[in-house]
Parts: sequence; C-alpha cells; structure tokens
Amino acid sequence: MILQALAFYVFAAITVASAAMVVVSRNPVYSVLFLILAFFNAAGLFLLIGAEFIAMILVIVYVGAVAVLFLFVVMMLDINLTELREGFLDYFPVGALIGAVLFAELLLGVGIIGAGSTTITGLNAHGAQVMAIDNTRAIGRVLYTQYFYLFQVAGLVLLVAMIGAIVLTLRSRPGVRRQKAGDQINRTKEQSITVVKVPTRGGV
Amino acid sequence: MYADLITFFTTNWLGMAIVMLAQCLAVTVPLLVAVAYMTYVDRKVWASIQLRRGPNVVGPFGLLQPFADGLKLVLKETIVPSSANGVLFIIAPMIAFMTALVAWAVVPFDDGWVIADINVGILYLFAISSLGVYGIIIAGWASNSKYAFLGALRSAAQMVSYEVSIGFVLITVLLCVGSLNLSQVVLAQSGWFWNWFWLPLLPMFVIFFISALAETNRTPFDLPMSEAELVAGFHTEYSAMTFGLFFLGEYANMILLSALGAVLFLGGWHSPIPYAPFTLVPGVVWFALKIAFLLFIFSWTKGTLPRYRYDQLMRLGWKVFLPVSLGWVVLTAAVLTFGGWLPKP
Repeated sequence: MILQALAFYVFAAITVASAAMVVVSRNPVYSVLFLILAFFNAAGLFLLIGAEFIAMILVIVYVGAVAVLFLFVVMMLDINLTELREGFLDYFPVGALIGAVLFAELLLGVGIIGAGSTTITGLNAHGAQVMAIDNTRAIGRVLYTQYFYLFQVAGLVLLVAMIGAIVLTLRSRPGVRRQKAGDQINRTKEQSITVVKVPTRGGV
Repeated sequence: MYADLITFFTTNWLGMAIVMLAQCLAVTVPLLVAVAYMTYVDRKVWASIQLRRGPNVVGPFGLLQPFADGLKLVLKETIVPSSANGVLFIIAPMIAFMTALVAWAVVPFDDGWVIADINVGILYLFAISSLGVYGIIIAGWASNSKYAFLGALRSAAQMVSYEVSIGFVLITVLLCVGSLNLSQVVLAQSGWFWNWFWLPLLPMFVIFFISALAETNRTPFDLPMSEAELVAGFHTEYSAMTFGLFFLGEYANMILLSALGAVLFLGGWHSPIPYAPFTLVPGVVWFALKIAFLLFIFSWTKGTLPRYRYDQLMRLGWKVFLPVSLGWVVLTAAVLTFGGWLPKP
C-alpha cells in the first residue's frame, strides 16, 4: 500500500513538473519531449487505479503516434525563439481565461462544484456489475452495445477531420509524372521491345 | 528451513525484489548472448549467400568474433560532436536499447514462464515497440547533422506507417483468440502445427513479417541508415558504445519481433506434432527454434533483396498493406461470427 502511495506521488509529481516544463521551456523540441514524459506518467497514474487498458491506449495513441508526428513537425520548423516570446503578454489573458474555463469544467464534471451529472457514485454503481470481468472486456461490452451510436459518431468526426486535412493539403500539380506500378507490371514483351534486323555497316 | 526460504521469497518485500531481479536477469542475460550471436549468424548467413566464409579468425569457427567486436566498441572513445545537443545525444541510444529490452517482460517462453503475465500483453508490446522510434528521432535531431536528421525523419514516417498494419494484424489474431494475454494467444493454438495461426491467417503472417522488417529498419526497408545516400543514417555521428547501444537495440528488436511472430502465428512453445517424442522436448526449445527460424528469414532477406525507394515503401505501407489488413480484419470478424467460431468470452 505504501509502495502504491509512493508510486502515485512520483508519477503525479513528474506529470505536473513536466507539464509545467512544456509551457516554460524555451526550445519547442524540449516542450514536445516534456509533453511525452507527461503522457507517460499519466499512463502510470492510470495503471495505479487499475485502468490498464486506458494506460496502454494512452501510450500507443498519444506517445506512439500523435507525439511522434508532433516531434516530426516541430523539429522541421525553423523557429525564431525571440520572435516567439514577443506576443507573450498579449496572449497571456486569453490563455489564462481558456485555462480557467477548462479547470472549472473539470471541477463541474467531477462533481466537486454543484451536482454534476456524472458523479463518482454514479460511475461506481455502473462499475459494480462489470467488476467480475477484466477492464478490456468491460469497455468493449459497453462501447459496442450501449454507446454504439456515440462510438460511430466519434468515428465520423475523425473521418471529417481526416478529409479536411487531405482537402487542405492536396494540390494538383500539372506535369508531374507518377510511377504507376500496375502499368509497369502489366507491360508485356511486345510493348516494350522491338527486334530490328540491322544490316551490317548500315546502322539502324 | 525450506519453508522459511519460501515465505521469505513470496511474502517479504526484499525477497520478492530479489526474485524479480533474478527473473529480469534470467531473461536479459540470455537475450544479450543471443543478440551477440545473432550478429555472428547474420554475418555467416550473408557470407554463405555471397559464397564467402564470413568471420572465421577469432576463436574456433570465428565463434568469439562477437565478443571481440563488443570489446572494441567498449574500448573506443565516445565522441560527442561539439554542435550536438549533449544530453539528448547521450539519452537517445539509451532509449533505443531500453525499449528493446523492457518489452521482453510479457513474452511467454513456456507455459507459465513469463515475468509479467498481464491481461493487456499484446497492447503492452505494441506500446513499447512504438516507443522505439523516439531513440532514433532524438538521435537524429540531437546529432545536428543533415544525414542523421534525414535518417531520423525517414525512420519516423516509416515506423508510424507500418505500425498501422501491424496493429490490424494484432487485431485479427486477438479476434481469433478472444484475449489480449499472450499466454492465452499461445494456448489458443494448441495441437498440430496446422492449428497455429500461420495457416488460417497466412496473408496476415506475410504482412506481419514484412512490417516487422520495416519496424526494425532492416533491408529492404533500411532507408533510415541507407549507406549509399545517408552515410549511416541516424547514427552517423555516433561512435563507440553509444553506437553499440543502437546496434544491440536493433538486434534485440529483431529478436523481439521474431518472438512476437512465434507467439502470434507459430504457436509459441507448442511442439509441431502433439505426440511424444516431440512433446518431451521442453517448450522453451521449440520457442527458441521458431525464433531462430524467423531470424534466419531476416538474414536471408538482407542477403538477397535490394533496397526499396522511399516512395515505394510508403506506397506499400499505405496503399497495399493498410487496405488488405483492414479488409482481412472485416473478413475474419465475419467468418468468426457467421461460422459460429467466436471464442467464448
């Protein structure tokens, strides 16, 4: 028990510290690396409360895919650090406001302020009946039966976002010769070579 | 006396820590020896393919060659380029090596022979193997060199692309098993060797193996370190043991993905024929033989195939493997549902 408490404080402290470093650090690449550290420790926190499926998905999706692409983009940007600092005071009130709103929403969601809709007691009542099976099965059963339509809607949102990204970046460039593997494979001997009878000393 | 020892190792936290450490060593030490000899086998196989002899000077049949190479790497000077980012430059090879080692915690060597028999074993392996790319990206960026950086960018794009198809391969296997636990995956394949998943899921086995080649940056997908274009790719600036850690990590990753292939498709510790004398051979030996078979194919492809061009690599990943594996997931789910073969929950 004391070991778990110790692990919780270590994970929590590193999560908070690295989250702060994401904002504070001067180099954007360091920011992304600290963000990855924060994700990783958040996964550790999920493990401690016994949500091993969510912890693994967090590592696979956020650390293994999203943050890799983040890092990929940030490394290729040529960022001028002093330029980046210039607008800091102008943007600070807006950022602080957004942060405050998010924090209030979180408190409302958990149910500390007012009577939140999804209170912790409600979650526990639901959790009692699925305790007999492991987490992965429990999530699967609820996700693909009770919340099936919501799951489909979430998929549609992602599809729209993906199509949007493709539409924004797709340019048709005329005059580009693309390799068509199918055409190359389907080429026959008759199409590609001709046998010419060359007279001696005559040339082609 | 014995009862005292048993209570000490099962209840006392110090005893449990000792047991855990011993388990980790029991996996890591043979793994590192296997890595060392994998480099030797690799060179011998390429030599045979190219009608050469390969390493044959150090020790009998050149068997001490890996240790001579290792000693050389340890004794050389580690050079950190003056324009490199010092901390990240040193951390990167550590990440690459460590991620290749920690994944072994969930691999079942025999019935019950596993360090951590967790319920989400497949997801854990997938998560850890997706972390390996960080060692490479950080190395490429921290080196502050154009070749290293280009190699890192190629590697990042390549590994993210092929992870998608590996993910779908894993999904088909766990549809057939009904569990994310790796021991359960092996137990679902008991019986004759045609019960193993390589036959019913043959296209996925092929896709898995080719994606594994891409994940480990091996020929024909070794673009991140293609020596003809990028000097040595992401580890151009590395020397001595920092390079050695990348090298060891790469081979440990190869063995890991072979082990994963053996667990998912070749029946893990099961013997091919479920009767004596085959069942008398310990399961670990069968498992090791299956890993060795897959590793031989790794060496064989490296000795025979030319390197892909980068656009061809991306085309294969996104336009061939992704649709095929996605279609096979749907097909497997349909066959299992309508054929009544769904695993019991």
